[in-house]
Amino acid sequence: METILVLTHADENGSVLSKASLEAVTAGKELAARLSAPLTIGIVAKDAAAAAQALASTGARVLAISGEAFGQARYASDAAAVEALCRAAKATIILAPGSSRFTRVAAGVAHRLGGFIDTHITALGGTDTIEVTRWFYRQRVEAVISRSVRPWFLLLDAGTHAAFAGESQPVQIEQVAVELPALRTTVSGFRAPQQGQQTIRPDAKMLFVAGAGWTKKQPDGQVHVTEAGELILGFLHATGASLGSSKSLVDQGGEGEPVLPFLTHLNQIGQTGSTPRHAKGLSTCCHGEEPHVVGWRFIGDRRAISLDPNCGWTRGKADVVYVADAFPVIAKVNALLEAKKA
Amino acid sequence: MSNILHIVVCAGIVPDPLQTLEPVTTPTGPGLKNEMVLPAVLDPWAACALYEAAALAAKNPGSKLWLVSLGPKAKLQQVMMTVAQKVPFELVPIDGPIGGFPDAHSTATVLAETIAALSGLDKTKLLLFGGWESATRGAGITLELVGEHLGITDQFQGVDQIDLHDDGSFEVLERVEGGKHQVSVCSGAPAVLGWATGNLAEPRNNPQVGMNNMRTIMPALAKAKAAKLDLNGLSYISVSLPKQQRETRVVKDMTPDQIAAELVEWIGAE
Repeated sequence: METILVLTHADENGSVLSKASLEAVTAGKELAARLSAPLTIGIVAKDAAAAAQALASTGARVLAISGEAFGQARYASDAAAVEALCRAAKATIILAPGSSRFTRVAAGVAHRLGGFIDTHITALGGTDTIEVTRWFYRQRVEAVISRSVRPWFLLLDAGTHAAFAGESQPVQIEQVAVELPALRTTVSGFRAPQQGQQTIRPDAKMLFVAGAGWTKKQPDGQVHVTEAGELILGFLHATGASLGSSKSLVDQGGEGEPVLPFLTHLNQIGQTGSTPRHAKGLSTCCHGEEPHVVGWRFIGDRRAISLDPNCGWTRGKADVVYVADAFPVIAKVNALLEAKKA
Repeated sequence: MSNILHIVVCAGIVPDPLQTLEPVTTPTGPGLKNEMVLPAVLDPWAACALYEAAALAAKNPGSKLWLVSLGPKAKLQQVMMTVAQKVPFELVPIDGPIGGFPDAHSTATVLAETIAALSGLDKTKLLLFGGWESATRGAGITLELVGEHLGITDQFQGVDQIDLHDDGSFEVLERVEGGKHQVSVCSGAPAVLGWATGNLAEPRNNPQVGMNNMRTIMPALAKAKAAKLDLNGLSYISVSLPKQQRETRVVKDMTPDQIAAELVEWIGAE
């Protein structure tokens, strides 16, 4: 019989479980119910008692590791904490959110426990067994896999389950002791674009993809990078969309070509970038595979503006392709959206 | 003041991203159709790690750079013809299977054993580099497992920048959720750094570097040890291409004003 442990952690504030953690709780509850398996939830947080309140209605056993050292995400302390939780729970199946915090340590802990791990899980299936779905080759090949060995760690991709929402109230937790190794790393904080300049918005409804065409010569024989930047930022401001870009556009910075100053490698989607999840996506001036095949795998409703009516990458990938110059279209869209707001 | 570093970069080879991939069943499990004849490249994120490692080694005289790569010898040789022209390194090839379907734990064990046996490697100076995920399996765990095998408990993933200080400590920027970087300071080697894209452009081909590298690469390939990878209880129930093919509406006869109006309506629709 399987026993299930769901690993969770607090967000940056240290006392509230992260959204990805609550999604893993939902997955754990569903799996435990299907397998009639006991469910334990483990928390790593600066203030685990406060964070645990969100789990009151799960009915699960709650193990916790608290303290100042666990307010920050760091390999040595997090690995020690997760290892202690796993040893206390004695679980055969360990579910965890595929957050940057747990992705950093989960494989190491699996190794310490003599277990195995699979990541980027998008679905948990099977009847009497556990079969999980994940993607290979950067979202180009989909596979269903299983493992006969235990413990088996499964890191869940964000957005694949609904976040658990139950009445928040004090809950009985079992504090687990953990012996920390010497800590050689100190986390000094976060670095992000200034307020109002952040163009990556994971919770946005829409992804706006800017391709390299924005910085190429226009019909007048000139490049219009400044205008392109203003149009793109205007669109993001008006819609609240998140900004993704193609590899070729980001790479231009390193090749001495005109660049959009607000773009970084963090905006990159596709083969060497992210594969974000948004309800809608609008691709502009992109003529490659990356945004349309790889970067758009988890975008619901997709539209593209492209000058190439025969672009093989948009055909079959986008729902609508407008064969047009993105400059006047986006300028008009921005004007209409501003007028609508006014 | 410079620090002498021993940088080991783990990098696999992957099908060129522009190739069409089709999964097939082989006698040893799932694979890709015509896998051995598909043009291959160095794994993109691992390539970023290699360029960052070379830049770091160049700034710190006396440092050494190894490139450990597992793949079929013939494919490794093909990829190295290009990679060798980019930056100076010593290749440590391992003759093994290609592709994303072998188990990452087995791959990590082989890599760790190979690194531990490197002649002249001082583990107190070791920075273990690689991509934070591969473009094949994309699990993001191999480097972490190699680190654990080697007993390294300072690990960083999604790294975009490292600033080495005179005392050997370094500041690291790691990608975290929401388009931000977590900033950490580590007291020094040994450490594991799984790179995202970093900040360096791909170096231009340098035939002189290529010739120097190839002097050691060819003998190393000839001596490459063969590795067999266990599946560790992993079984594939199905491997397939995604089925959703969209009915794309191609709009050629609308003015920018008409397109804009339709887009605004679409953006506003729930």
